[in-house]
Amino acid sequence: MTDKAEGSLLYLDDVSVSFDGFRAINRLSLVLEPGEMRAIIGPNGAGKTTMMDIITGKTRPDTGDVLFDGSVDLTRLDEAAIANLGIGRKFQKPTVFESHSVEDNIALALKSRRGAFAALFHRRSAAEQERIDGLLSTIRLADKRHLLAARLSHGQKQWLEIGMLLAQEPRLLLVDEPAAGMTDAETAETAILLKEIAKTQSVVVVEHDMTFVRALGVKVTVLHEGSVLAEGSLDAVSANPRVIEVYLGR
Amino acid sequence: MSFLRLLAIWAILILGLQPALADRIADADLAPRVAALGSGGFDAAEQAIADLAGTGDDRVPTILDRLGEGELMVRKTDGAVFFAEKAGKDFRLTDPVTGADAGLAPKATLEKVKVNNRIRRAIASAVGALTLMSSDPVVRRSAAEAVMKSADAAAIPALDKAIAAETVADVRAAMMAARATALLASDAPEADKVASIAAIADFGSRDALGFLSGYTTADGAVGEAARKAAAAIESRLMLWDIGQNLWYGLSLGSVLLLAAIGLAITFGVMGVINMAHGEMVMLGAYATFTVQEAIRTFWPDLFDYSLLIALPAAFLTAALAGILIERSIIRWLYGRPLETLLATWGVSLILQQAVRSLYGANNREVGNPSWMSGSFALGDIQVTWTRLWIILFALAVFLTLIAVLKRTRLGLEMRAVTQNRQMAAAVGIRTPLVDALTFGLGSGIAGLAGVALSQIDNVSPNLGRGYIIDSFMVVVFGGVGNLWGTLVGALTLGVANKLLEPYAGAVLGKIILLVAIILFIQKRPRGLFALKGRAVEA
Amino acid sequence: MITSFLINSLDRRGRFVVGLLVLLALLVPAGNLLVPEANAFHVSTYQLTLCGKYLTYALLALSVDLVWGYCGILSLGHGAFFALGGYAMGMYLMRQIGARGVYADPVLPDFMVFLNWKELPWFWHGFDMAWYAFLMVMLVPGVLAFLFGWLSFRSRVTGVYLSIITQALTYALLLAFFRNDMGFGGNNGLTDFKDILGFPIQAPGTRAALFAASALMLALGFVVASAVVRSKLGKVLVAIRDAESRTRFIGYRVEHYKLFVWTLSAVMAGIAGALYVPQVGIINPSEFDPAASIEAVIWVAVGGRGTLIGPLIGAVAVNFGKTWFTGVLPEVWLYALGALFVVVTLFLPRGLVGLWDRAVTGRAKPVKDVDGSERQAGEAA
Repeated sequence: MTDKAEGSLLYLDDVSVSFDGFRAINRLSLVLEPGEMRAIIGPNGAGKTTMMDIITGKTRPDTGDVLFDGSVDLTRLDEAAIANLGIGRKFQKPTVFESHSVEDNIALALKSRRGAFAALFHRRSAAEQERIDGLLSTIRLADKRHLLAARLSHGQKQWLEIGMLLAQEPRLLLVDEPAAGMTDAETAETAILLKEIAKTQSVVVVEHDMTFVRALGVKVTVLHEGSVLAEGSLDAVSANPRVIEVYLGR
Repeated sequence: MSFLRLLAIWAILILGLQPALADRIADADLAPRVAALGSGGFDAAEQAIADLAGTGDDRVPTILDRLGEGELMVRKTDGAVFFAEKAGKDFRLTDPVTGADAGLAPKATLEKVKVNNRIRRAIASAVGALTLMSSDPVVRRSAAEAVMKSADAAAIPALDKAIAAETVADVRAAMMAARATALLASDAPEADKVASIAAIADFGSRDALGFLSGYTTADGAVGEAARKAAAAIESRLMLWDIGQNLWYGLSLGSVLLLAAIGLAITFGVMGVINMAHGEMVMLGAYATFTVQEAIRTFWPDLFDYSLLIALPAAFLTAALAGILIERSIIRWLYGRPLETLLATWGVSLILQQAVRSLYGANNREVGNPSWMSGSFALGDIQVTWTRLWIILFALAVFLTLIAVLKRTRLGLEMRAVTQNRQMAAAVGIRTPLVDALTFGLGSGIAGLAGVALSQIDNVSPNLGRGYIIDSFMVVVFGGVGNLWGTLVGALTLGVANKLLEPYAGAVLGKIILLVAIILFIQKRPRGLFALKGRAVEA
Repeated sequence: MITSFLINSLDRRGRFVVGLLVLLALLVPAGNLLVPEANAFHVSTYQLTLCGKYLTYALLALSVDLVWGYCGILSLGHGAFFALGGYAMGMYLMRQIGARGVYADPVLPDFMVFLNWKELPWFWHGFDMAWYAFLMVMLVPGVLAFLFGWLSFRSRVTGVYLSIITQALTYALLLAFFRNDMGFGGNNGLTDFKDILGFPIQAPGTRAALFAASALMLALGFVVASAVVRSKLGKVLVAIRDAESRTRFIGYRVEHYKLFVWTLSAVMAGIAGALYVPQVGIINPSEFDPAASIEAVIWVAVGGRGTLIGPLIGAVAVNFGKTWFTGVLPEVWLYALGALFVVVTLFLPRGLVGLWDRAVTGRAKPVKDVDGSERQAGEAA
């Protein structure tokens, strides 16, 4: 445990991972303060998704520290344990439970005891129902609550997934390309929603869409070939000659 | 049974079976020498025996054997010598030279050729000389081994003579060991016996071990030497046993490889789980049977080539069946592996029943061509030609397949389609055709496996059932999508199975292996040589 | 509390099924014992036993559906749990024979005397007591399933890989039970039973009681399964089926859920096997045949997986077909069964129940791959 991790919410230090000789993440270091919202950009193959995999326990790093809350070693935990610590993740491709209704999707994600027997004898309480109703109106799917999730449009699925993320009441949200495949109007609304969330929770957003990143107006980290290339405000990193080189090529 | 009798019977067998190895002299030359056996006293008989042995004729061992058993009689009227067999009150006479029936004769007209110990020794040495001095080293070696089994001190002089003349090293060693066993059984001094044990230990065969075990409990220097020698032989034999089991293991591994290699294409490369894969093997075996039946009926001269002719037939039968299944069923189920599994299981039931209707439920006999039958020894390891050919065939099929995938246009397109279907289609590859051909290739290879399996397994409608689980185990163990993994997987499982067998028995060994693989898959769900990384998980 | 929990779990269709089963448990034995033979409503003992057998198959199918239809685990080895339950029951029935065997040994079953065994192997002790045997009927398949599942699910063996190792499991057991020195009668298995709980096993009354027990046990299994799938746990199971890693990322420990339903299902299969054995009068290693396990899967597919009523309909319909075909056109049966596998997977992904639903509501529920198909075997190529 390094002192540097003290006080941080998420702390990655010197993390590397390789697949069959290919270094997907190369000595990556990143610190996220509590309550911070951060945008991560970078070209394809920069290691954005792999970084999320490492934080959420899907991939184990070869070397390096990954600490949550300044002290919890995430490399030793599995996905479920990490999720229950309060780290929520939204995937690039929206994945909702298609044969469940919209309401059941939220209900499943709702913060609760996750044990099998607790689930077997679970009865939905009035407080839980209230919370579900609140979330459904936040994500504007209250009128579609009984519809099977499979019948939602792509954008609606993205929103449902964000709703599920909120239902978990995470302290940190990892959001992978939330605006992908959305209309401009939906994109703008999504940015507003994320900013709203960021008031109470920490958020890491991975995004390609520069307009969207600009709309968020937060600190930006540029990843390239598995490590941090630049960090700062969007304007600062856009002016960085190395970033220009990577994004525009020589 | 005495050494004499044994040696004689054995000589009769060997020399009789292999007339080319033995010389025959003219009947007219042999007859007087046989007659001389009954002409006078023991001196004359001994002389006659040596004389007979000198001819090297293959009828002599029989004659001497019958003499030793007291079945040789002289007809009083003309002094002629016959084999005599009791027939009621009389004796049936047979001419020892020509084997012709000489009719019945009353007992009173005959007189037995008398035999004493001196004559018996003479017979032993004569028969020993005939066989131990044979011109064929194989005959000599077997003779020495026969002596070893009987451990009769009477054989020592004959052995001494043979050892002196022997030029082939391992035959000489066999003779030395035989002499040592004979000496050990005699009343020779202890020092000689200890020395002879050393000679036996040097030879180190299973017979030697069996013989020595009679002495390991003895007191004194002989017992100790025997115990040491037995231990030495045991460890040597254990090595050979391991060698033999390794061979069996390789052989089983090659069979598994043949059965699994087609699956490595359909399951490993295409991701299609084909439960009818075993039935493709079965179709190949029945194609072989059909081709061979046709050849037996119409062109019997070509029988030795029947398997070669069956190869393309089996490949095409299975490949066509595979393409038919792919086009009609599997292509609708891509991306739904569990449903593919169920549908192809249904296909396997239909194919089994179809073959049962056509060919009957009983096992069908597929013959071995002459070049595949028989065996030879490699040290103490028995190698059958069938198994050797199957190993070579499996490797040939494997290497050909690798070459097809790496070097041909079809192989290139196949890899392209499996890696990125959309992109392959975008660059103009006709993906449905490639799918069909890939599946046909995998099935065709299963058909080839059927040709090989028809040589060592029962050709029945259930033939494929026995291989499907093993094949999947091999592919999964080796690592899906990796042909070299399949090779290593097949050979590892084959060898492990056969090395376990002596300790655990065949069935338990197989169970242990199955459980081991189940546990292994838990540990490494993607096999020995699995690819890692995000590409896999995606 | 548990009772109300169970009863409340039934929907209308469920209550109909349970009611029907209870009715069958009363009427069919009555039709056998009370209605005279000449009457059209008479049920022969043969028919009664046959139907009892179908009901045990239905319970097996229900257990397969619980893991496959609701959790996406395609087990090709559920026959093993069925057979283990059957063997536990068979061992009890063997011990009940006592000295009435051919060799008249008061303790050792005939096959052990035949093999020259001097005393009872340790694992045969206790099977003379019914309560112990009935406990083992559930415990043996349950513990095996728990161990197997604990290993497999923890290492995240999924999809066809899991299917194949379940098949290997039952295959290994098949080979093992064929061995005489395993102590389970080898090739011949256990048979020649005399009585059960003190009643002669061949007597019409006993047979009727066994039928009723099968029907009631199936009804109980149905209620339990229904309670499970309608609970939040059941929703998590379906979530796992549809998107396993998503379920992990919202904090559910997938392996625990799988392990629960897998073990429960194995226990149900064991009970089915235990009811099957006294009715057919024999248990032998062929029940471990991988082909038998796959056949149970097709019952579920025919009826409609992911519904609770489907496996019951499928098991009875397919087995009725099997009985009819093997009687009239034996050589056609395997063609028909094979075609059933193909046709159902290609054209009837929701089985007969899906067909009925479509006919009634005019549209089917959306079909989702049962395995969730998050990844595909061989994609690694």
